[in-house]
Amino acid sequence: MEWETVIGLEVHVQLNTATKIFSGASTAFGAEPNTQACAIDLAMPGTLPVVNAEAYRKAVMFGLAIDAGIAKRSVFDRKNYFYPDLPKGYQTTQLDIPIVGPGHIDLQLGEGNTKRVRIHHAHLEEDAGKSLHEDFHGMSGIDLNRAGTPLIEVVSEPDMNNSVEAVAFAKQLHSIVTSIGICDGKMAQGSMRFDVNISVRPKGQEKLGTRTETKNLNSFKFMEEAIALEVERQIDILEDGGSIAQETRLYNSDAKTSKSMRSKEEANDYRYFPCPDLLPVEIDDDFIEAVRKQLPELPAERQARFVDTYKLSEYDASLLSASADLAHFFEAAADSDAKLAANWIMGEVSARLNAEDKVIAESPVSGEMLGGMIARLKDNTISSKQAKQVFEGMWKSEGDADAVIEKRGLKQVSDTGALEGMVDAVLTANAAMVEDYKNTDESKRKKKLGGFMGQIMKASKGQANPQMINQILMKKLNELM
Amino acid sequence: MHNKTIAELIQGLRNKEFTSRELTQHYLDRIERLDSKYNSFITVTKDSALDQADAADQRLAAGDAPPLCGVPIAHKDIFCTDGVRTSCGSKMLENFVPPYSATVVENYLAQGAVMLGKTNMDEFAMGSSNESSYFGAVKNPWNTDCVPGGSSGGSAVCVAAQLAPAATATDTGGSIRQPAALCGLTGLKPTYGRVSRWGMIAFASSLDQAGPMTRTAEDAAIMLNAMASFDSKDSTCIEHDVPDYTAELNNSLDGLTIGVPTEYFGEGLNPAIATAVNAAIETYKKLGANIKEITLPHTDLSVPAYYVIAPAECSANLSRFDGVRYGHRCEDPKDLNDLYCRSRAEGFGDEVKRRILVGAYALSSGYYDAYYSKAQKVRRLIKQDFVDAFDPAKAGVDIILGPTTPNPAFAFGAKSADPVAMYLEDIYTIATNLAGLPAMSLPCGLIESENGELPVGLQLIGNYFDEARLLNVAHQFQQVTDFHQQTAPGIA
Amino acid sequence: MAVDRSEIEKLAVLARIEMTDEAAEQVASSISDVLKLVDQLQAADTDGVAPMAHPMDAVQRLRLDEVSERDQREKFQAIAPATENGLYLVPKVID
Repeated sequence: MEWETVIGLEVHVQLNTATKIFSGASTAFGAEPNTQACAIDLAMPGTLPVVNAEAYRKAVMFGLAIDAGIAKRSVFDRKNYFYPDLPKGYQTTQLDIPIVGPGHIDLQLGEGNTKRVRIHHAHLEEDAGKSLHEDFHGMSGIDLNRAGTPLIEVVSEPDMNNSVEAVAFAKQLHSIVTSIGICDGKMAQGSMRFDVNISVRPKGQEKLGTRTETKNLNSFKFMEEAIALEVERQIDILEDGGSIAQETRLYNSDAKTSKSMRSKEEANDYRYFPCPDLLPVEIDDDFIEAVRKQLPELPAERQARFVDTYKLSEYDASLLSASADLAHFFEAAADSDAKLAANWIMGEVSARLNAEDKVIAESPVSGEMLGGMIARLKDNTISSKQAKQVFEGMWKSEGDADAVIEKRGLKQVSDTGALEGMVDAVLTANAAMVEDYKNTDESKRKKKLGGFMGQIMKASKGQANPQMINQILMKKLNELM
Repeated sequence: MHNKTIAELIQGLRNKEFTSRELTQHYLDRIERLDSKYNSFITVTKDSALDQADAADQRLAAGDAPPLCGVPIAHKDIFCTDGVRTSCGSKMLENFVPPYSATVVENYLAQGAVMLGKTNMDEFAMGSSNESSYFGAVKNPWNTDCVPGGSSGGSAVCVAAQLAPAATATDTGGSIRQPAALCGLTGLKPTYGRVSRWGMIAFASSLDQAGPMTRTAEDAAIMLNAMASFDSKDSTCIEHDVPDYTAELNNSLDGLTIGVPTEYFGEGLNPAIATAVNAAIETYKKLGANIKEITLPHTDLSVPAYYVIAPAECSANLSRFDGVRYGHRCEDPKDLNDLYCRSRAEGFGDEVKRRILVGAYALSSGYYDAYYSKAQKVRRLIKQDFVDAFDPAKAGVDIILGPTTPNPAFAFGAKSADPVAMYLEDIYTIATNLAGLPAMSLPCGLIESENGELPVGLQLIGNYFDEARLLNVAHQFQQVTDFHQQTAPGIA
Repeated sequence: MAVDRSEIEKLAVLARIEMTDEAAEQVASSISDVLKLVDQLQAADTDGVAPMAHPMDAVQRLRLDEVSERDQREKFQAIAPATENGLYLVPKVID
């Protein structure tokens, strides 16, 4: 049977505010355990929450970025359950009246292939702390530094049909929240975490299959793996005549396996109700318009601008506009030849970053440096082969392009007199090759040129300007005919 | 000294009749000598009280000290006190020493008031008799076989027994006014949001409000002056100017319209209390007030609505007591669930457990609409009754008057086996918490009962933020009556 | 509405309160009494009435995003039942 996969995502996006959503404790990552958990975060008796204005503003900004409705009055609710990383015994979240209403995110899946994914809503809530499972005499350790960090939970409609679309959605969302500056986007630190709802159904069937939720994936790669695994698992069960249990699953990225988290969800009844310690938040049009004015260029707008200004293809433009950092890098490098800059970034730069597991912001070669190198390519100071060496030097922090060219002695020889001398010397030393060339049929002579070129480049230690050599060689050979 | 009001103590301190240290020592001695009879204190802070008194004496000597400087008071053990055990009447917090103070406590500290100790209360403020305290029941000085009311029973009794000139208290469904009525005191529950809830251990967040327990309305005004403040740490605290609540005490009541709700005089009201309240109405007529019969048609629904909303809120508010970060933790938990279930089973008493379970029930899926949501709708109807009563275009009254409780103090054990009977003791007080209105209770007589001669409370309910008028109306009554000056037998 | 023992046991699990069978039986009876009391609500005509979560018609104030809390871990953990290396200890958490 042919199966169709249906995927919806719930994404927790940590907002990069200085303080928690309901307390004045710092949200900085990596502090000693519990040093950033104040009395409110620890749910000490008698403590009370007050809403962080910046968290609210950033949630509104997200809503505007995905073209969503903004609730002028939104309400915080309590979601009741016991867990050691949840000090109050309830999570303060938004159930009935979330701040961000329906919106959408458009995906660029390839040249000329786009897809719109609808966003059901996004709500503000507080993050939980962390349970550390290293062994403390058979106990777990609880660190509440993260407790109370503001999150928006973005809930998509089940509009995706495979892992490629799901990952594209995740990347586009990452791109939006980092571009508008509401999230640092550091996946490894848990700044974005994905819950994936997956179901399968026979192709053509209208009714959705029973879905499972794989929780807490914090990289695009793990998400892709987890989806593939879960789709396969569900299809196997169904093809064996079994049925899918609606459950929450946990993906183990080391073992590449997943398991049911039955314990946490068993017969839970969250008993949501409006938080009586918080009042409804009301905002007006002026507030919304003020936030709209602060909205930086969105990835989709940037993509259009890149196509328009730099004459990039839609696809290249979508890749380069995906994150603010990458876009800035590109624009810094694009001065003398945008297309060349784009090729270098998507080629050499990205390969190097991947190999060293770095993000663009950590690249030892800046956009300006790359632009400087491309300028030297364009003015023929270096050949493209030499450019690779210049890039290598810049990556190893030997300085900018000019410094590396100088240090490594990579200047291309473009002096006509010197080049003519080299060509003459090679032609003289290889009389047999010249004879052979002369005797070759005109239509096939072009193939013979490579031999001469190789000799000349070798003689010049690779520094001869190949275009000029080519011209001089043709001229000299024609003279000999 | 101990029969003086706060107003008199303030004068005495300034006239150098006594020092704060002498005054404080005097009260500490009385507590030590007498409180074994009443059990009104859970913790007595002798050493820090004397240190605070010395500091106050220095401030007084330097002149320009705030009004309450050097005046000893007691705090209900629901207010967190930095470095001083705060139990909330529960085994759960038997050894809990908060690392911060409630805003109410800070406000009195800033004035230089001296803290004598922390008063006994129903566990987590859940109760109307003080029998649910882990630290034992508090006894009513008028008859030590009777309850003092609750939940602020310790605050009421320490003032009634003159172990402190005033105390702080909290009121979620009548927990200031009912014990004030049963002990012959003046108790004020301000408008919701008038006093900060920061550091006050929550029972039901949308109903809880702190207020003073005193012997006179004038003292209540002085206490409220220090207690009320805007506090940015409490989202529900209202940004509203704090007037001098003593300024209007002496205004004439000529032309004042007092509404008397029919529903507060129906079946269930002890006839002797009805008589005492009717006599108070006559007194107000003499003071120039117009009496107008009004109706608050949803009064009957206030107890049912309250016993959905308060338990629902408490069921979530008390989830933080899980044995992880503070508070009681069971011995040798075998797993996480055992840690939770046993710590909470051991740490909470029966009434607290009952309310947590009722609250969980009212919020659980399938019942939310029928209970929680319905109760919230009824809550709006109850509020609307009051809004209409105060609306000049409708009933247009300035103050609403009635009894505080349907019955005087009852014997220990009389209602503890029947929670519903206990809940109905709050029938006249609960509606104002649901509506958020200010209200107070003041003594309006002594009646003969099966438990001997017992005090009766007159309840006054004001419009939002109209505490000054409420205090004025109470003070004028106390200028022409002496019920507030009567003390329980044996208090000397 | 009356609740039976099994319902009380479910609620006790949700509320994480250990309860013996005997206690559950007793609690079921007293809670049924309370529910009988609150069932009076059902008679009220609340058509078109909006639920009221707060007594005052106030709206939430928003706080400036400025760090106002300092590290007080030592003070906070002095009152904790069990800590180690700055962490609160609980019986093993199994995901």
